[in-house]
Amino acid sequence: MRAFTYERADSARDAAAKAASTPGAKFIAGGTNLLDLMKLEIETPRHLIDVNGLGFDRIEKTGDGGLRIGALVRNTDLAADMRVRKDYGVLSRALLAGASGQLRNKATTAGNLLQRTRCPYFYDTNQPCNKRKPGSGCAAIGGYSRQLAVIGSSESCIATHPSDMAVALRALDATVETVNAADQARAIPIADFHRLPGDTPHIETALAPGEFITGVTLPKPIGGRHYYEKVRDRASYAFALVSVAAVIHKDGTGRVALGGVAHKPWRVEAAETAMPEGARAVSARLLAGARPTHDNAFKVPLAERALAAVMMQARTA
Amino acid sequence: MADLPELDISRRGMLAGGTATVMIAASPVAAAQDKEPMQADPPAPIPLSFEVNGEKRDLTLDSRTTLLDALREHLHLTGTKKGCDHGQCGACTVLVDGVRINSCLTLAVMHQGDRITTIEGLGTPDRLHPMQAAFVQHDGYQCGYCTPGQICSAVAVLDEIERGVPSYVAADLTERPRMTDIEMRERMSGNICRCGAYSNIAEAMAQVAGERA
Repeated sequence: MRAFTYERADSARDAAAKAASTPGAKFIAGGTNLLDLMKLEIETPRHLIDVNGLGFDRIEKTGDGGLRIGALVRNTDLAADMRVRKDYGVLSRALLAGASGQLRNKATTAGNLLQRTRCPYFYDTNQPCNKRKPGSGCAAIGGYSRQLAVIGSSESCIATHPSDMAVALRALDATVETVNAADQARAIPIADFHRLPGDTPHIETALAPGEFITGVTLPKPIGGRHYYEKVRDRASYAFALVSVAAVIHKDGTGRVALGGVAHKPWRVEAAETAMPEGARAVSARLLAGARPTHDNAFKVPLAERALAAVMMQARTA
Repeated sequence: MADLPELDISRRGMLAGGTATVMIAASPVAAAQDKEPMQADPPAPIPLSFEVNGEKRDLTLDSRTTLLDALREHLHLTGTKKGCDHGQCGACTVLVDGVRINSCLTLAVMHQGDRITTIEGLGTPDRLHPMQAAFVQHDGYQCGYCTPGQICSAVAVLDEIERGVPSYVAADLTERPRMTDIEMRERMSGNICRCGAYSNIAEAMAQVAGERA
């Protein structure tokens, strides 16, 4: 691990100001992904700003009947909150599908959104990777790509976003709230928060340098049955090959977002009008234009079948 | 305990902690300086204090020191094991303020004032924690390397179920979880055992859960 200086922030604004004015600075909260990457010298911050003492650790009702989740609420606590379990079950299930008990106890809401890809070529510092070293190339293209993206990828990057939580937040139309060094607040719809790789795969989110996430807001509950179906190589503690976050109403209408298939949680609202027609119709629209590799072509039919399984559960519930 | 010379960390421990430790700690810095000649000397060590197994401990550590290395290399509490050092195996599991975490994926300086419990703090050879006794009785290990992490995790898992924290295998998210085999197996998935003692670990946990219920 490279050497770094360390300090604790006094407030969100203080944290943002320090991050904006200190070269090579990064926030640290749970640290479960950042420290992993620092040990491998994939991340090499020169200064860490510990934001754990800033509060932002509560889940509160909003004025319009939704919930505001503090940025530092731990994944375990968010999944266990009874309001989330009752009204936003897809979020609770997605969180519980991710990582291990130990990691969920430490990982935060904001940190989960900001975690980096698990593409094996991003992790291997002997390989070119446009995300790790812009302009160096992509070893995943033409390489071992079984886990990687099938849609929304580019000539520069075919990595996936690893989060389960973010897929559920996309289905729920969440909003990411931030503050910057000038103390200006901003609300970013989750649909715009994560970026497609394009030719700048190292820029992963809409955040400006130093911008600090204070929380995530959920709109008022939309009812329906909530599902998070995660298909992976072992039954627990593994990243998704494909995951389906869905909220399905009695009349067969609803929402669907996919994980494990793209550089961001994958949702196409126009595809959801086909939900009463069945999984094949939805999947055809949701994954129209998919460009899988030889290794991961199985993800396209797998996504359709995972969605079909969820829709079957909803029909027979 | 605090009178033992090897636990007098502030000066002697740092100096006498072993040449190998010093060399390992120094080499990445040298490498970093090779790559980036502009980089200044390593930052000054940071003082911190926390409570480990009921005892207040003061340390002055390089910012890079993980909680795991602080416990093992500086406090000589070697019960907590370093397996993968990347949060994948669970051998380093300890309890911080009663909650299980991977001690390899957290910096010691982030734990100012925290209350840490390691395997040494759960029980002693003369007075085993019920989970330790159950692991012995059910042969919940072979080589034993993952065992301290398994036991710390198992103790926390029963507490999590008791507190009503749900898991991925919940049929109904709003119902209280029960001490079933499938619940315990799902919750223990962050602790890997290469010897494959899982079924005996599950039996040990079931016994302790049964005694509690």
